[in-house]
Amino acid sequence: MRGFTDKMAEEKSKYTKRADGRKFDELRKVEAKVGIIPEADGSAMYKSGDTIAIASVFGPRTLHPQHMQNPETGILRVNYDMMSFSVYERKRPGPNRRSQEISKVTEWALAPCVDLSEFPNSVVDVFIEIPQADAGTRVAGINAAAMALAHAGIPMKELASAVAVGKLDKTIVVDLSKEEEDFEEGEGATDIPVCFLSRSKKLSLLQLDGKISTEELNKAIELGKKACEEINKIQTKALKEIKE
Amino acid sequence: MEERKIVVPGETIVTGEDFLPGDGTRRENDDIVAGKFGLSDISDRLVKVIPLSGVYIPRRGNTVIGQIVDITFNGWLIDFNGPANGFLSLSEIPRYISKDEMRDYLDFGDVVIARIWNAKGKGIDLTLKVRGLGQLEGGMLMKINPNKVPRVIGKEGSMVNLIKEATNCEVTVGQNGMVWIKGNEIDKELRAKEIIEFICKNSFVEGLTEMVKEFIDGGVKK
Repeated sequence: MRGFTDKMAEEKSKYTKRADGRKFDELRKVEAKVGIIPEADGSAMYKSGDTIAIASVFGPRTLHPQHMQNPETGILRVNYDMMSFSVYERKRPGPNRRSQEISKVTEWALAPCVDLSEFPNSVVDVFIEIPQADAGTRVAGINAAAMALAHAGIPMKELASAVAVGKLDKTIVVDLSKEEEDFEEGEGATDIPVCFLSRSKKLSLLQLDGKISTEELNKAIELGKKACEEINKIQTKALKEIKE
Repeated sequence: MEERKIVVPGETIVTGEDFLPGDGTRRENDDIVAGKFGLSDISDRLVKVIPLSGVYIPRRGNTVIGQIVDITFNGWLIDFNGPANGFLSLSEIPRYISKDEMRDYLDFGDVVIARIWNAKGKGIDLTLKVRGLGQLEGGMLMKINPNKVPRVIGKEGSMVNLIKEATNCEVTVGQNGMVWIKGNEIDKELRAKEIIEFICKNSFVEGLTEMVKEFIDGGVKK
């Protein structure tokens, strides 16, 4: 699959560059930091371009309400929230349909990395806040949450890294910005958030918004896998840098 | 012994059949893989990961400090900042207590130092049937990061003794990160608290003992 972006660029010479001058497989400027919230058991910040995600982890602690407790294993509970000033048009504070869905898919994306069998009847709470949004907030949230979980000392099999791949007209690109997400020429924009696990290289999140052929989807996922490996390196580096 | 390094979950620490996976690690084919974020430690053949951050995870034999949060018909529930409350059974206290006198022996909010005798299976069971355990009366309680407990205690208790000498306070450190301080004057207790906070803040500094000595003499600022 190597080099297909260049080949595609030749084929579709109409678009040779992205709006912000990035290459088709280039990520936005990434910044990652671990241990930013002293009150939390584990915390991390992940910044990709103008998107910022902050994750804090609490627990394992006793789970309330009690009827949700699982005597076999601990559970993971994720809460994703966009701050009201994170977007141009003020977002009404509090949970909504979109944030509930994202909380759920993030939970599912992170569940295969953590091993909570040691903590029956308890919960590990993950809170993801988005103080600034410019597309790709759910994947930024996953990246931050994975680092925060590791920082909290939760037993984990591996880390998780996520990226949004997309198709702009006929070109497959990685890490869409808001501007690109709203692209309407030709076939329009397709947004595909993917999440890969660091060791087993398994796919733990795949969503799709837009139109894409099977062949192109496979290519997009392959491109996402490469980008996730890059993100994993950044996450690992951020974790190794901490000194408390 | 190999140098310690920071590992992330899913990272291969060493490869080879010669090593045994210990705490926080697992074997995957030939590799010993980290199952936690922390410092890798290889002694002899045993590979383990020492956590750097995070909550307290109870282990059998640990001594912890906690507070009574509930009294059941045959024991007490104790909150010690763990993933669940610990249970202290009526039969695990050093003398016989009738069920009607339970509140007289240990009441809500009382602070106790107890040992974990079982952390596997359902619940965490505590005992007071070891010398030095029991209720802690008076004094004050502070909470520190449980991963810094070894720093506060120091080699063979050297750091704790330093604090005790400097402030004339009794200092007891639970492995769960709860510290109990009792002195004659409140100022002395607060001073001990200050010193412990200083240790936690500078736990990564080399020659910490010297630095703490200086801090006690008023040489180093916070």
